[in-house]
Amino acid sequence: MIAYIIRRLLSVIPITVGVILITFVVFRVIGGNPAYRIAGKNATAAQITQISHERGYDKPLFLNFHEFPRNVLDAQFPKLCGNLLRLDFGRSIVTRERVSTMLREGMGPSLCVTTPLFLIELFLGVGLALLAAYYRNTWIDHGLVLLSVMGMSISSLVYIMLAQYWLASVWRLFPVWGFESPRYLILPVLVGTIAGVGGELRFYRTVMLDEMYQEYVRTARAKGVSSRRILFHHVLRNALIPILTNVIVAIPFLYTGALLLENFFGIPGLGRLTVMALFNFDDDVVFATTFIGSVLFVLFNAFTDIAYAWADPRIRLQ
Amino acid sequence: MSAALEQSAPGTASASPEGLWTIAWRQLRHNRLAMVCLAILCVYTATWLYAEGIYWTAKIRGIVPDYKISHYEIRNAPPSAAHPLGTNFAGRDNLKQLIQGTRIAFEIGLLTSIIVIPLGFALGALAGYFGGKLDGAIVYLFSVVASVPDILLIMSITYVTRAAVERSAAMQSVTRYIDAGLLSICVGMGFTGWVGLCRIIRGEYLKHRERQYVLAARSLGVGHGAIIFRHIMPNVSHLVIINFSLRFPGLILTEVVLSYLGIGIANEPSWGTIINDAKQRLWLGNWWELAGATVAMFFLVLALNLFGDALRDALDPKLRIAEAKTG
Repeated sequence: MIAYIIRRLLSVIPITVGVILITFVVFRVIGGNPAYRIAGKNATAAQITQISHERGYDKPLFLNFHEFPRNVLDAQFPKLCGNLLRLDFGRSIVTRERVSTMLREGMGPSLCVTTPLFLIELFLGVGLALLAAYYRNTWIDHGLVLLSVMGMSISSLVYIMLAQYWLASVWRLFPVWGFESPRYLILPVLVGTIAGVGGELRFYRTVMLDEMYQEYVRTARAKGVSSRRILFHHVLRNALIPILTNVIVAIPFLYTGALLLENFFGIPGLGRLTVMALFNFDDDVVFATTFIGSVLFVLFNAFTDIAYAWADPRIRLQ
Repeated sequence: MSAALEQSAPGTASASPEGLWTIAWRQLRHNRLAMVCLAILCVYTATWLYAEGIYWTAKIRGIVPDYKISHYEIRNAPPSAAHPLGTNFAGRDNLKQLIQGTRIAFEIGLLTSIIVIPLGFALGALAGYFGGKLDGAIVYLFSVVASVPDILLIMSITYVTRAAVERSAAMQSVTRYIDAGLLSICVGMGFTGWVGLCRIIRGEYLKHRERQYVLAARSLGVGHGAIIFRHIMPNVSHLVIINFSLRFPGLILTEVVLSYLGIGIANEPSWGTIINDAKQRLWLGNWWELAGATVAMFFLVLALNLFGDALRDALDPKLRIAEAKTG
């Protein structure tokens, strides 16, 4: 078991390096020298040389063969890997602040929105899925499924716009924009729930129905167990495994923040920070958020696998 | 041996069991909801072809198409007989804009699939069929892509591609015909969207390469290429269609988000840009612009979602057996 845990945790490293590589290729190789974007359209050649030199964009991309073999790692990609692994995220081009400070400040607002949203969606989704599974193939089930598919077919942007217009602007129930008191969180969480619960419901319903067709359900029914007890006692327990996977894997996204909601409701979280950074070509910030988001994602995936292996010894042998 | 096989082929064909698609179609035909969705999809396809006709006629003749001409004297007009959905900020007819939006939505689906399907299928087939080190490498590749938060990767690739396309002189001949924004969002969604298909296809090839018919083909001396493409591919290709019909709605919804963030379509009226434009007018009480785009998008996405589900149920015999057993 310990060998399995070590093996699984070690596999996080190559994936993380791969993620840094992809981000690097997108921003520095395909995107070209970022200095051109930082300096703007009317930059002189001298300015670009200076920015490139300051931020190390004039170094070779992957390996430095000019100074082979002593400083062969004196290039952009090895430097970036080294910095990120030491958790040194550099400084923002725009605000000149340390990226780690910006991340720390953005984390609170993001979690304030994503955590309630996550919990409400989870309980509402599982609850409605149980209802649909209990009344499966009746109008309640079909109605719930149809409603959730219909809900998923409307752009979340439309939900946000309608909520801001009707609930906040016309009826003045909530503030439209900002992040000052808990009242400011109600509308984003409400809109996020309405936009997201349909997908959750459909996923959890499929999970429950998959379990419903298992042999043990038939055995239980043959024994004369009531359908309510089958659902809540037998099916729900077994369905907890895929439900938990879905939940654990979603936890890292609490950190990365809700992109659209934060932008529309003016919440100074990490989602907004990332979008801003992307448009300003603030590459240190983009590298940092992508890196942390991906590492969390890979780590939580590893935790899920380890939990599985702990629960089911057959997996360890593979 | 092979001559004997060929001779017996026509005889066995008529007696052979019905194909997957025949059975699926029979089941779909009895599903009233799926048929309604199919009808809706046909209407949208017709609209798309009509819009393509308008677009290309104008392009070939070298004139500005009707839907792009501004009439500032009638801007932001409410619905009327001449303009059933009113006009927008430049006095362009909203209905015509929506029809062109349908074209953009379908073009996004097709262009993205041109990247997703060959890439996802080829990598999935190679990984599943050959296994070993190649499989390890491909699994590593898609694990890495899947580890980057989805929307972040789409945004980054789109944004950077857009800049690269606009800079390069060689791309000018392409962007004369295809909008630069459209091209870059398709590249962004294409190079992130192949992972799902690749996983499915890899799983199927893993399963099929152990089957008897593959063993038989191999013992007859059939090459790997022929086994992958001529023997196994027909048995798994329906998954590509299911994957497409379930992926398409996501593409349409993502386009709206990208347009809102300012990295969407540049010079053509997509549903995303229409919704984004309508945002400002909503505060003035002009609801028809937003309503039109939302409804147009709603029915296409809904029909695709429901029809995709029905198609999957019809083409996946395993599920059918499970339903029959207890249902």
